[in-house]
Amino acid sequence: MGMLSAFANPHRFLALSRWLAPLFYLLGAALIAWGLWQGLWIVPRDDYQGGDIMRVMFIHVPAAWLAMASYSAMAGASFVWFIWRHELADIAAKAIAPLGATWTALCLATGAVWGKPTWGTWWQWDDARMMSVLFLFFLFLGYMALRAAMDSRQKAARAGAILAMVGALNVPLIKFSVDLFTSLHQDSSVITAEGPKMASVYLWPLLMSGLGHSLLFGALVMTLMRAEIWTRQAARHRARLLAGA
Amino acid sequence: MQLRPRDYSGDDVRLLTASGLGILRGERVLFDAVSLEVAPGEAVVLRGANGAGKTTLLRVLAGLTRAETGEVSRTAPHHWVGHREGLKPHETPRAHLDLWARAWGAGADVDAILNEMGLSRPADVAARYLSAGQRRRTALARVLLDKRPVWLLDEPFTALDAEGRTRVLDMVAEHRQGGGAVVAAVHGEVGFIASREITL
Amino acid sequence: MSPAPILSAFRQALSEAWAGGAGALLPLGFFAGAAVLVPLGIGTEPGMLRTVGPGILWVSLALSSLVTLERIFQADVEDGALDLWLQTSAPVSAIAAAKTFAHWLTAGLPLALMSPVLALMFQAEAGANLLTSAMIYGLGGLAFFFWGGVGAALSATVRRGGLLIALIALPLYVPTAIFGSLAMSGAAGGDSAPLLLVASTLFALALAPFAMAAALRLAAD
Repeated sequence: MGMLSAFANPHRFLALSRWLAPLFYLLGAALIAWGLWQGLWIVPRDDYQGGDIMRVMFIHVPAAWLAMASYSAMAGASFVWFIWRHELADIAAKAIAPLGATWTALCLATGAVWGKPTWGTWWQWDDARMMSVLFLFFLFLGYMALRAAMDSRQKAARAGAILAMVGALNVPLIKFSVDLFTSLHQDSSVITAEGPKMASVYLWPLLMSGLGHSLLFGALVMTLMRAEIWTRQAARHRARLLAGA
Repeated sequence: MQLRPRDYSGDDVRLLTASGLGILRGERVLFDAVSLEVAPGEAVVLRGANGAGKTTLLRVLAGLTRAETGEVSRTAPHHWVGHREGLKPHETPRAHLDLWARAWGAGADVDAILNEMGLSRPADVAARYLSAGQRRRTALARVLLDKRPVWLLDEPFTALDAEGRTRVLDMVAEHRQGGGAVVAAVHGEVGFIASREITL
Repeated sequence: MSPAPILSAFRQALSEAWAGGAGALLPLGFFAGAAVLVPLGIGTEPGMLRTVGPGILWVSLALSSLVTLERIFQADVEDGALDLWLQTSAPVSAIAAAKTFAHWLTAGLPLALMSPVLALMFQAEAGANLLTSAMIYGLGGLAFFFWGGVGAALSATVRRGGLLIALIALPLYVPTAIFGSLAMSGAAGGDSAPLLLVASTLFALALAPFAMAAALRLAAD
């Protein structure tokens, strides 16, 4: 079979994720549940931010954090793959994309749900964060669509890496331009649900929710990666059988 | 590209070396552990059924496709004539040769080359109106634009009539006599004596 | 290494754009469409047209770039010319940049040059600001073509890749669109906008060719 029979065998990752993923699921679910319980029932409502509907921020804000963090992670994984060609890095990037897109969509949806009763519109063009998240959503979609359009796994990995790195280099510029754009317009509706201004009664549930969402995200990424590893191994096995090696 | 005259003659000179090349197609191994060396005057013929990997191997040698394993060492410049001619629908043979002569910095006599390839009459006809054989002759004419020691030819005789075949065989013979080398993927009869045959 | 392949690529792309893509008719088409259809659609009140005009032209520019770019590299992949361009002594990034620049010259620059006419039709005031606007559109269009070129190169092997190119390019167009429109509207605090536009266009010119080169090598593989 010559020199092509040795493929990177991700034993260690499979062994690690076997117990780490369930742990993350449990912890993540627990933290999210606690955060939601606090957010929906315990903390006082803030009428300046729209009344009861602002409780949705306990999903909206962590989702925004995850949207940005997951894009960075995807770009980082792509970079690692590009330089060192370790297959696990590509599998990670491929797994992060749909999950990142989902959390981004969640952020946009909860933002719209918050905005409509509070400020009367489903969408605010003056909200810098929402605009950035919207463009992040397109970046994720473009990445997934490009990978899906490629002929082979190798080509999908290469194309994805190029796009992820170009996107990553542009994200700071996009954020900057969006911030500039919104700062020059009437500042009517900036959601200030984060930062030191926020009362600590909101802060803790928010941070715990953020952590919970991150853990859940991590667990899901590991699950998708495991599925992808097995899919590839099965395909290789099948190819070997067909070749009669 | 201005070619500085280099002496590619001598017993130990290798114009092109490849070792341990392996290629995957999807998850299937297309070929594995293929090696070859080409010295001046030699001709390597690649044989195999459709889809066996002849084109892919040639593309690896040309640097267009990456092999999963192995290395290619190109000590001499090469000409590439692939499956597809590289002609735009509105491009005429003359325009095509002019373009590449200029791109390669070759001061070639395009009219003489067109004549030699039997393309004088259709020289100014757009490629979309040319026959397959005429398009192939145009692509093959590129190797005459400037002198490069190695020719990589992918099924060069496709669509050529008997006269075209003879022309190409003459060109190859002359090239080899001058110290050049050829690696060609061929289907069916070759027509020249190969130094080596690789069947994929 | 000589510049000959780069110049040849530029010249060929230029003649390609004129011969194959109906030359400057394409930007004219977008221009005419915008000028005629928009007032029909949104009304002819002068104040509103004045506000909307610049945005319409940015959209025309973006669309013009996306449509011309779809074929720019795909044709080369399909007819085997890309194989030849990849084997010259010149860097692939320079060749890709030359082709993209040629397409901007035939499809992007004419639109920028015609922008004063559109601006007047959209009730803008005549004056030196029209010249500045044309320059801003020129610069912005250049960035659009180069980022769009990255999308086109990545999608070169995809059948009907137009939508994919648009999806890839859209986020990349955002900074240029924002800086450009800020530069034109001269809003308070937008003084740095023209400089930012120049900077982000230079950024595109510097980065995009390398991404295009990597994508083209992938397309030929």
